[in-house]
Amino acid sequence: MTLTPIITEFWDDPKLYTLDGYRSHGGYRALASALKQDPDAIIGTIKDSGLRGRGGAGFPTGLKWSFVPQNDGKPHYLVVNADESEPGACKDIPIMMANPHALVEGVIISSFAIRANHAFIYIRGEVPEAIRRVANAIEQARAAGLIGKNILGSGFDLEVVAHSGAGAYICGEETALLDSLEGFRGQPRLKPPFPAVAGLYASPTVINNVETIANIPYIVDRGVEWFRQFGTEKSPGFKVFAVSGHVNRPGIYEAPLGITMRELLDYAGGMRDGRPVKFWLPGGSSVPMLTADHLDIPMTYEDMATAGTMLGTGTPMLFDDTVSVVKAVTRWLEFYKHESCGKCTPCREGTYWITGVLEKFEHGHGTEAEVETLVGLCGQIAGRSFCALGDAAATPYPAALKYFREEFLAATTTSADEQFDPVASYVFAGAVAR
Amino acid sequence: MAITEATREQMQQLAARYPQPRSALLPMLHLVQSVEGEVTTDGIEACADVLSITPAEVKAVSTFYTMYKRKPVGKHHIGVCINTLCGLLGGDAVYDALSERLGVGHDQPTADGEFWLERIECQAACTHAPVMTVDWEFMDDVTPTSAVDIVDRLARGEQVASTRGPVIRDFRATEHTLAFPLDGLADEGNPVDAKMLAGLAVAKERGMSAPTSTKEG
Repeated sequence: MTLTPIITEFWDDPKLYTLDGYRSHGGYRALASALKQDPDAIIGTIKDSGLRGRGGAGFPTGLKWSFVPQNDGKPHYLVVNADESEPGACKDIPIMMANPHALVEGVIISSFAIRANHAFIYIRGEVPEAIRRVANAIEQARAAGLIGKNILGSGFDLEVVAHSGAGAYICGEETALLDSLEGFRGQPRLKPPFPAVAGLYASPTVINNVETIANIPYIVDRGVEWFRQFGTEKSPGFKVFAVSGHVNRPGIYEAPLGITMRELLDYAGGMRDGRPVKFWLPGGSSVPMLTADHLDIPMTYEDMATAGTMLGTGTPMLFDDTVSVVKAVTRWLEFYKHESCGKCTPCREGTYWITGVLEKFEHGHGTEAEVETLVGLCGQIAGRSFCALGDAAATPYPAALKYFREEFLAATTTSADEQFDPVASYVFAGAVAR
Repeated sequence: MAITEATREQMQQLAARYPQPRSALLPMLHLVQSVEGEVTTDGIEACADVLSITPAEVKAVSTFYTMYKRKPVGKHHIGVCINTLCGLLGGDAVYDALSERLGVGHDQPTADGEFWLERIECQAACTHAPVMTVDWEFMDDVTPTSAVDIVDRLARGEQVASTRGPVIRDFRATEHTLAFPLDGLADEGNPVDAKMLAGLAVAKERGMSAPTSTKEG
């Protein structure tokens, strides 16, 4: 399958981030046509396109929009989830830095469709460069009459705010994000009610990922049929894949959904030094890992599910045979423990206990019985936590155990660093493999 | 530095951006750090005052988010990603080298007030591993040697540019950007580098492109 640069097509134009640069490549053409349509028709277009959320869950975007009650007399809000913090995910920040107007144009069209007059782009605080480029794009759009009162004479009013977070992975969970955006600690809310009915300030709210929204102008401009020529029936469209790890050319690769990891890996120049893939994760640390046996599975929502994992953020991380899976999993659990918001007991206590036991394995002090103890601990969290963070924390270990049981058993006597020289995994020159 | 009437006015401006003023609390706390170099009691009280909530409510929020510090951060915040991918690809060695160079551990300031070192979680730049940040601007693809060199140059007051962003200013300046992102630096330094163009380059080399119209038939 070939690469298909669409959102990334003009990223080599250093002026793409400016209004004039974006317009020179057809930017804001979709907005002009959208504002002449019935908002419901746009919702219909996005529904028909089959676009699914690019933030990880893959929920159909048009369907989400259609849940917003109309003519309810309440203000509606669009909130863009730009809190990209999932370990391995690094595609929204590049989109915001390279092509911020695609996001802004998508925000305006989407807000028009769901009848929102106020939109917020919640960007994690740790990336000032993305924040300043998005804020700059908003300001340029405002100066050009594309944001504000009576946009392009349509009678549609919209305010857009670029909002900085302050360091909390949990704020990528949409209801925690809403609490954070309201100025509270970012802790998830009980659902239902869902945000489409009672979201920001208890008003109907749509929350979409950056890449999802950046798709909107292209679909509106080029049509459903055009969009559906990419991908599969259940996973239509294209994806900004970010390939990282022990590959020769890590980076951004945009391709139709349905491309395989093997094809993407080929474009990324293969594994360094021709080493084998030991394990890889299709989209973030919260999805179960796969091995070299799974490189030919199409990268779609449905095929990844069949393989027992998820497409997630579509940002594959590949690790070669120098890496200790025990150490990798332990580090992810240390992350989930650090990021657990503390609201619910299974996640707060469970991440603490799993991490503690895993750290014993990392240091070569695990026991055979504890291999099973960890299975039990993960089982006590999965499906029992308040939000998906707990489920995510319960994911890496069982997946790793499925393929690498012997490595955990070896870690009952031998530490991860004794099993695998950590220096061999380093990517910089001077790091010599054992 | 102290919270002045001008700071309070800026807080009011932030609050006015939102349908409900409390939404401005996170940016307001960034503003406090830009003025005070940390979240101070004065800053908390000013936020509470402007938003008509209690200082306890503000404090509860400030302690939830890792970017807010209750000790003076100093001139530069140094972050090293130690999540699995960056850490195992060399971030661990980068962190160790910086910890040795600076003589401090995780989430600690140096005695001279020049640096704050922190083991940070995934910075959304895994394609550029191992990743370091200076005042939250990207320093991509670092090694232990290059990371220490960056700190040495900063310590000597030399100009250091982010690999995907502007010339490094200081921690407080970045915190001000997080409150008021129109800092005039959007045109400085092109953040779109070879790794972000990797797929586009391969596509061009191999003559691949996406159809811009619907497939015939």
